[in-house]
Amino acid sequence: MLDLTTTYLGLKLKNPIVPSSSPLMQKVDNIKHLEDAGAAAVVLHSLFEEQIIKESNILDHYLNYGTEGFWEALSFFPEQKSYNIGADAYLDHIRKVKAAVKIPVLASLNGVSIGGWIKYAQKIEQAGADALELNMYYLAADPAQTGAQVEQMYLDLVRAVKASVKIPIAVKLSLHFSAFANIAQQLAQAGANGLVVFNRFYQPDFDLENLEVVHDLELSTPDLLRVRLRWAAMLHGKINADLAVTGGVHTAEDVLKCMMAGARVAMMTSALLEHGTEHVRAVLGDLAAWMQKHEYESITQMQGSMSQKSVAYPAAFERANYIKVLQSYRPAI
Amino acid sequence: MARTKVTLDANEAAAYVAHHLSEVIAIYPITPSSTMGEWADQWSAEGKQNIWGTVPLVVEMQSEGGAAGAVHGALQTGSLSTTFTASQGLLLMIPNMFKIAGELTPTVFHVSARALAVQALSIFGDHSDVMAVRQTGFAMLASNSVQEVMDTALIAHAATLQSRVPFLHFFDGFRTSAEVMKVEQLTDDDMRAMIDQDLVRAHRARALSPDNPVLRGTAQNPDVYFQGRETVNPFYLKTPEIVQKTMDKFAQVVGRQYHLFDYVGAPDAERVIVVMCSGAEIAQETVEYLLPKGEKVGVLKVRLYRPFSVEHFVKALPATVKSLAVLDRTKEPGSIGEPLYQDVITALAESVAAGSLPAMPRVIGGRYGLASKEFTPAMVKAVFDELKKAQPKNHFTVGINDDVTNTSLDFDPTFSTEGKEIVRAMFYGLGADGTVGANKNSIKIIGEDTDNFAQGYFVYDSKKSGQMTTSHLRFGPKQIRSSYLITSANFVACHQFSFTERYDLLSAADPGAVFLLNAPFGPDEVWDHLPRTMQKQIIDKKLKFYVIDAVKVAKETGMGGRINTIMQTCFFAISGVLPRTEAIDAIKHAIEKTYSKRGEAVVQKNFAAVDASLSNLYEVKYPNKVTSAFDLRPAVPAEAPAFVQDVLAPIVAGKGDTLPVSKMPIDGTFPLATTQWERRNIAIDIPVWDEKICIQCGKCVLVCPHATIRSKVYDEKYLANAPATFKSTAARWKEFSTQKYTLQVAPEDCTGCSLCVETCPVKDKSDTKHKAINMMPQLPLREPEAKNWEFFLTLPEMDRSKVNVGLVKDSQLLEPLFEFSGACGGCGETPYVKLVSQLFGDRALVANATGCSSIYGGNLPTTPWAKNKDGRGPTWSNSLFEDNAEFGLGFRLTIDKRLEYARELLPQVANLVGAELVDALRQADQSNEAGILQQRGRVQLLKEKLQGNKSLIAQELLSIADVFVKKSVWIMGGDGWAYDIGYGGLDHVLASGRNVNVLVLDTEVYSNTGGQMSKSTPRGAVARFAAGGKPLPKKDLAMIAMTYGNIYVARVAMGANDAQTIRAFIEAEAYDGPSLIVAYSHCIAHGIDLAKGMEQQKLAVQTGYWPLFRYNPNLAKEGKNPLTLDSKAPALPLEKYTYNETRYTQLMQSNEEAAERLLKLAQEDVNKRWKMYENWANAPGNGSK
Repeated sequence: MLDLTTTYLGLKLKNPIVPSSSPLMQKVDNIKHLEDAGAAAVVLHSLFEEQIIKESNILDHYLNYGTEGFWEALSFFPEQKSYNIGADAYLDHIRKVKAAVKIPVLASLNGVSIGGWIKYAQKIEQAGADALELNMYYLAADPAQTGAQVEQMYLDLVRAVKASVKIPIAVKLSLHFSAFANIAQQLAQAGANGLVVFNRFYQPDFDLENLEVVHDLELSTPDLLRVRLRWAAMLHGKINADLAVTGGVHTAEDVLKCMMAGARVAMMTSALLEHGTEHVRAVLGDLAAWMQKHEYESITQMQGSMSQKSVAYPAAFERANYIKVLQSYRPAI
Repeated sequence: MARTKVTLDANEAAAYVAHHLSEVIAIYPITPSSTMGEWADQWSAEGKQNIWGTVPLVVEMQSEGGAAGAVHGALQTGSLSTTFTASQGLLLMIPNMFKIAGELTPTVFHVSARALAVQALSIFGDHSDVMAVRQTGFAMLASNSVQEVMDTALIAHAATLQSRVPFLHFFDGFRTSAEVMKVEQLTDDDMRAMIDQDLVRAHRARALSPDNPVLRGTAQNPDVYFQGRETVNPFYLKTPEIVQKTMDKFAQVVGRQYHLFDYVGAPDAERVIVVMCSGAEIAQETVEYLLPKGEKVGVLKVRLYRPFSVEHFVKALPATVKSLAVLDRTKEPGSIGEPLYQDVITALAESVAAGSLPAMPRVIGGRYGLASKEFTPAMVKAVFDELKKAQPKNHFTVGINDDVTNTSLDFDPTFSTEGKEIVRAMFYGLGADGTVGANKNSIKIIGEDTDNFAQGYFVYDSKKSGQMTTSHLRFGPKQIRSSYLITSANFVACHQFSFTERYDLLSAADPGAVFLLNAPFGPDEVWDHLPRTMQKQIIDKKLKFYVIDAVKVAKETGMGGRINTIMQTCFFAISGVLPRTEAIDAIKHAIEKTYSKRGEAVVQKNFAAVDASLSNLYEVKYPNKVTSAFDLRPAVPAEAPAFVQDVLAPIVAGKGDTLPVSKMPIDGTFPLATTQWERRNIAIDIPVWDEKICIQCGKCVLVCPHATIRSKVYDEKYLANAPATFKSTAARWKEFSTQKYTLQVAPEDCTGCSLCVETCPVKDKSDTKHKAINMMPQLPLREPEAKNWEFFLTLPEMDRSKVNVGLVKDSQLLEPLFEFSGACGGCGETPYVKLVSQLFGDRALVANATGCSSIYGGNLPTTPWAKNKDGRGPTWSNSLFEDNAEFGLGFRLTIDKRLEYARELLPQVANLVGAELVDALRQADQSNEAGILQQRGRVQLLKEKLQGNKSLIAQELLSIADVFVKKSVWIMGGDGWAYDIGYGGLDHVLASGRNVNVLVLDTEVYSNTGGQMSKSTPRGAVARFAAGGKPLPKKDLAMIAMTYGNIYVARVAMGANDAQTIRAFIEAEAYDGPSLIVAYSHCIAHGIDLAKGMEQQKLAVQTGYWPLFRYNPNLAKEGKNPLTLDSKAPALPLEKYTYNETRYTQLMQSNEEAAERLLKLAQEDVNKRWKMYENWANAPGNGSK
C-alpha cells in the first residue's frame, strides 16, 4: 500500500499536491472539483490589501464622478445596499470554501502596511482558514532602499503577523535576495512555519506597434522548476521551516523531484489552468504508478533524498555546476 | 411606534408614502419628479415592503402616457396603483386621467409641479402643468412644505379610497420637491390607521375579473352619454367633506391638523392673499412679520383645489376681509384671469348671490413665480401694499419687471423677514466637488443631532461641465418657512477660487458675516489675489475672513478633487453652529454612515481629511483699504454683439432676474454662435501641440467634444502678422504641399477633458509618453494662446470644394458650426453632433429631441450652434421629447413641398431669368460640395434676376429661391427618445420614405435625467430603474430598421473606426430616403473616465458588443448585398469591455451571482447577434434569396 501522505505547516495532507493561488480559487465549485480530483489542500487566491484600497477608491470616485452639479442629474447610479468590496467578500469566500470541502484551506494575503497585514491576517484566521500564506509580492524599485532594509521589512512583518495569529504561516518569497539562504533562515527564525519558493512576478512586455508596456498572464513552464529544485535542495534540513515548491510543477515527475529536493508539498497552478482541475487526478495516478514501478513505499521516504545534504556530490547544487555547464558549451559556428 | 425625525426632500417624502401604500407603481423619468420613481424602484429592489407586507411591483414604462395606461390597467384589475410625474409628462397622462376619473377609480398621482414647454422648455417649478389637468376630474390636493408633502400624500391615499375620486397630489417642483428639511416621519402604523381596509377590498371587488366579469369602457351615443357623465356628481359633492374628515382623522392619529383651506393671519384682516403651495408658506412668514406691526393682513392657503368647495372657502375667510389678492403660479394667455383667481371670483360671486356672503370684496389676481422665479416676502409685501390702494392693479405680475404691458408690481428687494435667530449659510461649490453632499450631511447633523430646524436648498447649473453650485442652508430654533433663496447670509463659503473673479460672491454677506475661502494662497498672500469688489465688501462689511488650501489638503489626504469633508469641517469650526469637538465627532459619524459601504479606505481618507483641515485653516488679517489691481471679469468681452451684451451677459453673470420683459425675444427665437462669448476658463490643463511630430491626421480635432481644437491649411502669406508664439508647419497633404498647417486650441473654451490626447496616435520616438498633443497647465498659457486663437480665427476657412470630405484628415479642416457646448468634458455625443455641423452644417435643419443634446444645444444663456462667415449654419429647434421624429419630418415636408412649388414657378420666369439658368437649377448635380457651391451661385443669380421684378410669380419665387440648394434634415436625440418615448413616431417617420437623417446618440440610458434605464440599456448594466442590473437584452434598433429594406442604416462608434463613421454620415446624408445612424456615445452615466471614452468604444467593437455596419439600400438595387460589416468577429471576451465601466462593476460588487449570470447571457447575445449579422452580410446577391 502506497503512502502518499505528507505534512505541511503542521497539517497532515493525504498527498503532496496542493493547487495554489490562482483565479481558479475564486469559485467554490472549482475547489470542490479539485478536492474530488485528489488535491490535498488548496491555497486560495490572494487578498491584496492594495487592491481593496484601489477598488474602494475607484468605486467612490465613479459614484461621485459628475454628480451634484447639474439640475436634472444629481447622480447617475442607484445606491446599492452594500458592496462586495474589501475583505468581506474574501472572508466570506473562506467560510464558504471551508463549509464545502474537507481538505485544509490555506488563505493567501498581500498587504501594503504592517497594520494591514495584521488586521487582515486576524480576519482570515477568524474566517476559518487552516493556515495563512503571506504572499510577499514586493519589488524593491526604490534606489534609496537597501537590501538590508528590505530584509528587515520582511522579518518585521513575519514577526508581527506571527504574533497576531495562532494559525501556521508560510511565506511565499521571490528569489530577489542577495543571500537567499540567510534570509530563509532568518524568516524561519522569525516564526515562519513554511517557505514557499518562489513567487513569480508578472513580467512586462513591450508592444512595438503601439509603444506600450503590456501585461499578460504568462503560465509557468516546466523549466522554471530547476531553480526551485536547487533552492529546496540546498535549504532542506538547514532551516527550521517546511518547504513548498511553486512554479513549474506540471507533471508527476515534477512532483517527485520536488519531494526528493526536500519539499513537503508541490504546488500547482499553470498546469491546472491549462488542463483543468482533473489534471490533479492524472498526476496522482502517474505519481503512484512511478512510485510502484520504482518500488517506493511512501512520499516521506523520498523527501529530501536528493537534497544537498543527501546527494553524493553536494557541490552539484553550487557554483561548480555552473562552471561545468560552461565548459561543456560549444558555440555554434 | 415612535416617529423619528428625518432629513429628506419632498420627492422622497411623497415616494415614501406612495411606496408604502401601493401594489403596482408605473414610472417614467422626468425632471423634477424622477427621484420619486427612483426611490420607489430602489426600495422595491431592496425588498422594502408596503404596509401589507409585500414588495410593490415597480415598472418603468416607455413614456408618461404609457405609465398612465399601465396604472389605469392595474387599477381596473384591482391594484392599488400610483405614479409620479411633472410637466409634459402629466400632459401625456391626460387621456387616461379622464378615463380613470370617469370610471371613479381611486388612485393618487404625485406631481412635483413644473412649467410647461411654451416659448421655451423649463424644468423649473410652477403650476402650469397641474392647472392644465384641472378639468380631468381628478381631485387636486396641494402641499406647501416637505412635512406637508408626507402628510398630504397619506391624506390623499386615504381619501381617494373613500371618495372613489382619483387624486392629484402636487407640490412645487424643485422649491419643495428638492428642498431638504427635517421632518417627522410617518410610521407604518400611522398609515395603517389611516387606510380603511374595507375600502381597499371594495376597490378590489369592483375590479375586472373573469370570475365576476363585467364590461367597462363602452361607447355611448347622444341618447345617454350626457346622463352617464352626470352620474359622478354625488361623488364629487361628497369629496370635500371626505377630505376634511380624513384630515381630521390624520390630526387624531398624527397630531397635525389641516383643513381644505387654512387661514393664517389677523382675525380681523382686511387684506388677504389666496395662494397654494410653497408660496403660501412665504406669505405666512410675511404675515407673521407684519402682524406685530399692526397690519391687518392674512393668507388663505388653498389645499383642496378640486373639487373646489365654495362653502369651505368662504367659511375660511375672515368676515372682515375687504380685498383679496389671488396668486396664481401659472399663465393662461387670453383668459380673463388665471384659474385660481377665476375660481375665487366665482366662489365669492356665487356666495354673494346665495346670500352666504354679505358683500363682494375687491379681488385682484396676479401671477408670480413662473418656472421657479423667486417669490419672496418682499413680493408678498408688495401685494399687500397693492391691496391698500384705492385702485389696485389687477392681473398683475410680481417678481419681474414687465416694462411692456406694465403688469408688474414694484417691490423693495431689501425688505426681509428673516429673524436673527436663524443661521443662514451660503456655499459656492464646483459640481462634483462634494459641496452639496457635505451640506446635505451638515443639515442632517444639525437637524438630527440637535433640536434645531434645518433647511437646505441647492441651486445647480444648466451646464454639465465646470458647473457652479450654490447651497442655501438655514438652521434655527423655529420652523423654517423661508422657501426662497438666501439674500442675507451670516456665513459665506467659496469652495472654488476661480469663482472670485467671475461672480459677485459677497453681495449677500451680512455685515460681520464669516467668509471662508478655499484658495491656493496662504493667509498672507491671498488678499492680493482678490478682485477689488470683493476686497471692498470684506472691508466695508467687516467680514471675518478665513482661508484654507483645501485642494492641497485633499491631495495630501488622498481625497483627489473632493474637498467636501475639508470645507465642511472648516464650516463647523468657524460658524459656531455646534461646539467644535461635537461637530467633528458628528462629521466623522456621518462619514462612516455615508461611506462605509464603499470600503474602509474611503472612510479613512475622509477621516484624514477632517483631521488635517483645522491645522490648515487660517484667519486672514486684511488691510483696511482696497489694494487689488484687478476687478471682476466682465461676463462677456467688450467686443460681443449688442444682444449678447444686453441680454445674455446678465444671465451669464447670474443676474438674469434683472432683465425686463422688453429684453426677451417674443417667440423664443435666439441668435446662434453665442457660446464663443462665455470663455469659461474651466480647464486646469489644456492640450499643447507639438508641430514637429504631428502627422496631421485630424483625429484630435474629430474627437474634441467642444470644438476647441481646430486645424487649418492656409497660405503662408497669412502668417505675416502672426503672434510670436503662434505655431505653424508645412501641410502634409500632396495637394496642399506648399501650404501651412496649424492645430490650434481655444484655451478659454477647452474643458480640459484630454480626450484628444488619449486619441492622438503619435508618440515621440525618444520619449514615448510625449505625444503630438500634450496636456499642460492652462493658466500660464491662457494669455498667449488666447491671442493665438484670435489670430487663428482670422485665417481663411478651407474651401469646402477642395477637400475630400470622406477622409478623416480632410473633413477636420471643415469649420465646425457647433462649438463650446455645455456638455460634460469628454462627452461622447458631441463629436458626432459637431461632425454633422462640419459636413452639412451650412445647409442643415436640426430637430432635436429633449435630452442632453437639447440642453447643451439650447439651454440659455448661450448656444453652441454657430454660423459661418456667410451667415449660414444649422438652424435648430426642439419641440418635445416624444415627437422629435415627426417634428423633423415636418421640416422635410416643408422643403419637399416648397421645392415642388419652386420648380412649378421656375418655368414661368424662364423669359426673365433665361432658360439656361432654369435648366441648370432644375438639373443641378448637388452630390458633392463643388456641386452645391455651383448651385448656390445659380440661386444667387436667380435672385439677382428676380430682384427688381414686381410680378407675383417673381416675388413668390424670390422668397423661396434658397430651396434650390440641397437641404439636409437631421433628426437627433438620445436613446430615451429613439428607443422609448419617441419610438412610435420614429418608426413612422422612417417608414415614410422621406429624405430625413436620424442620428441616435446612443448612451444606453436617459443621461440627461441621471441615467435611467431605456430599452437601449444593455443586459447586465446597472442603471436607475434597474438597480439589480437590466435582466433583458438591448433592443436592436438598427436591425428593426433594416427589416424595412428601404432605410439606410448604420451603426458607428467613432473611437473604433472614425473613417467608417464619416463614411456612414456621408452615405446617410446622400441617400435619397430615410437614414438612421445609431452612434455609440460613451457617457458619464457609464461610470468611466471620459478621457478613455474612445478607447472604450474600441473595446465595444472588438468584443463584438457593438458591431459596425452600414446597410445601404442602393446596393440592393445594384444586385449587391446591402449590408456591409465594418468590424471583425468578436475577438475579445465581453468582460474586457464591460468590466471597465461602473455600470457593470457595480453589479459585480453588489450581486456577483447576478452579474455573472447576466454576463454569460450578454456574451451569448453578442455571439448570436454577430452570427445573424454575418449570415445576412454574407448572403449572396442582394440578400433577397
